[in-house]
Amino acid sequence: MTTGILLQVLQTLLAILLAPLLMGWVNQCRAWLQGRSAPPITQPYRVIRKLFHKDAVIAHDASPLFRFAPYMIFACMALAAGIVPTIVNDLPFSPAADVIALVGIFALARVFLALAAMDIGTSFGTLGARREMLISFLAEPALLMVFFTASLISQSTELPVIVETLAHKQFVIYPSLAFAAVAFWMVSTAENARIPVDNPTTHLELTMIHEAMILEYSARHLALIEWAVALKLFVYSALGIALFLPWGIAQAGDLAALPLAVLALLGKLLAGGAGLAFLETISAKMRLFRAPEFLGTAFLLAVLGMLTHFILEV
Amino acid sequence: MALSYTLQVVNLLAALLLLIAFAMLSQRRIAGLVTLFAWQGGALAASTAIVAWSTGQHHLYYSAVLTVVLKVVAMPWYFFRLIKRLDVDREVEPMINIPTTMLIGIVLVIFAFNLALPISQMAGTVTRSTLGIAMASVLLAFLMMITRSKAIPQVIGFLAMENGLFFAATSASYGMPLVVEMGVALDVLVGVFVLGIFFFQIRETFDSLDLKHMEKLKER
Repeated sequence: MTTGILLQVLQTLLAILLAPLLMGWVNQCRAWLQGRSAPPITQPYRVIRKLFHKDAVIAHDASPLFRFAPYMIFACMALAAGIVPTIVNDLPFSPAADVIALVGIFALARVFLALAAMDIGTSFGTLGARREMLISFLAEPALLMVFFTASLISQSTELPVIVETLAHKQFVIYPSLAFAAVAFWMVSTAENARIPVDNPTTHLELTMIHEAMILEYSARHLALIEWAVALKLFVYSALGIALFLPWGIAQAGDLAALPLAVLALLGKLLAGGAGLAFLETISAKMRLFRAPEFLGTAFLLAVLGMLTHFILEV
Repeated sequence: MALSYTLQVVNLLAALLLLIAFAMLSQRRIAGLVTLFAWQGGALAASTAIVAWSTGQHHLYYSAVLTVVLKVVAMPWYFFRLIKRLDVDREVEPMINIPTTMLIGIVLVIFAFNLALPISQMAGTVTRSTLGIAMASVLLAFLMMITRSKAIPQVIGFLAMENGLFFAATSASYGMPLVVEMGVALDVLVGVFVLGIFFFQIRETFDSLDLKHMEKLKER
């Protein structure tokens, strides 16, 4: 039990500390692919440290919700990072790693971010919050459908069971997961404010979604939000790994497999980050009103995955 | 699941075929459509070759090679040349908007799966469960032909339909006799070239490749 708790703490801390590194790696790959000179891979850490050292400026009209939201968002993402199996399966928190609960945690963080954005009353905040809600109410059902496809295979909505079925039972190719993987990529670009749905580096009022919501934040609040954004990317990567490439995640109580599991995780994150940067480089940001179509396609692909499961795998 | 790995790979390729059929439905650009068509041909050839290998049906190797030569190399190359010479690679809005088309596509897939279920239970081949997917790709390609008004996407839809039929033949009865396959391939090849010439004629007459203009044709 003690080792379990220790491993749980280790896994959560590893996720929280590694998340900015993943962000830095993606940014670096993107810069290389676009022919720019890349910022150092530790750049997100430096940004976060710099922001923590600054004094926070808060609008006069801000309510306590505005100050509270960054902590809430960070806590949600840290919790999500703790329950998604990244290196070890079946930890003390694992019973909480239900995919539906996970979608709920993401929704909670999103609601707080949107409320905080509207709290100040600037037009940009409201605009960003509305756009975020438009995107997310379309992305959420698609994400659930992706999870249900994986759940149908393993007969459970709990992530550890899904990982157990996919990674440690007999190796079987599941065609339905091919559909789910494409849908998952589409959803995760929308949820993480990446190209083609949103551009994380833009501050152009016509196109920004996520950036519009956090314009009013500064110093430690902004640092927490930036960190939470990096964590969210990490959690989504971990989810993608758990659903589609779970080989390497150590079985419950298998301490000898831990170093290998960490190495496997690092390798997969390196490859995944490079892949994300590549996909972002070759695709163009689409108009906001194309986003519903994009996410509708993701939803339909996930549904198609479920149908394929019934025709090919039962 | 008691399926061997080769069959699992065939199933995966079948799913890819369906995935590409859906991607084609949502594709607006003609060059993107041609690329997807080439990928579909590749998936089809790979699955045919694997079925040939796992069942020892040697004539399927020939049809796999034929598929690669015709549908992955020759036709996409010809289409890209046509697109360049006709200068038509712009985004085109289909007649029904894309989300609706995709919804209809899902309904078609469910229909095809249901239709194929009793048939595939009677078929004696090991690949019978992919029959539903083959039928779904045929119907989706048909839907693409219906919803596009431009000439080139319609022809690509026709060819994608042929891909689906080919896959259905492979999965239901290990392919048609080689003579029939050669005949069909030749027909399709000639058809594409003839249609390619037609494109120029159509554009010369109407100044556009939109086939809606053809509805107004009248004998004088």
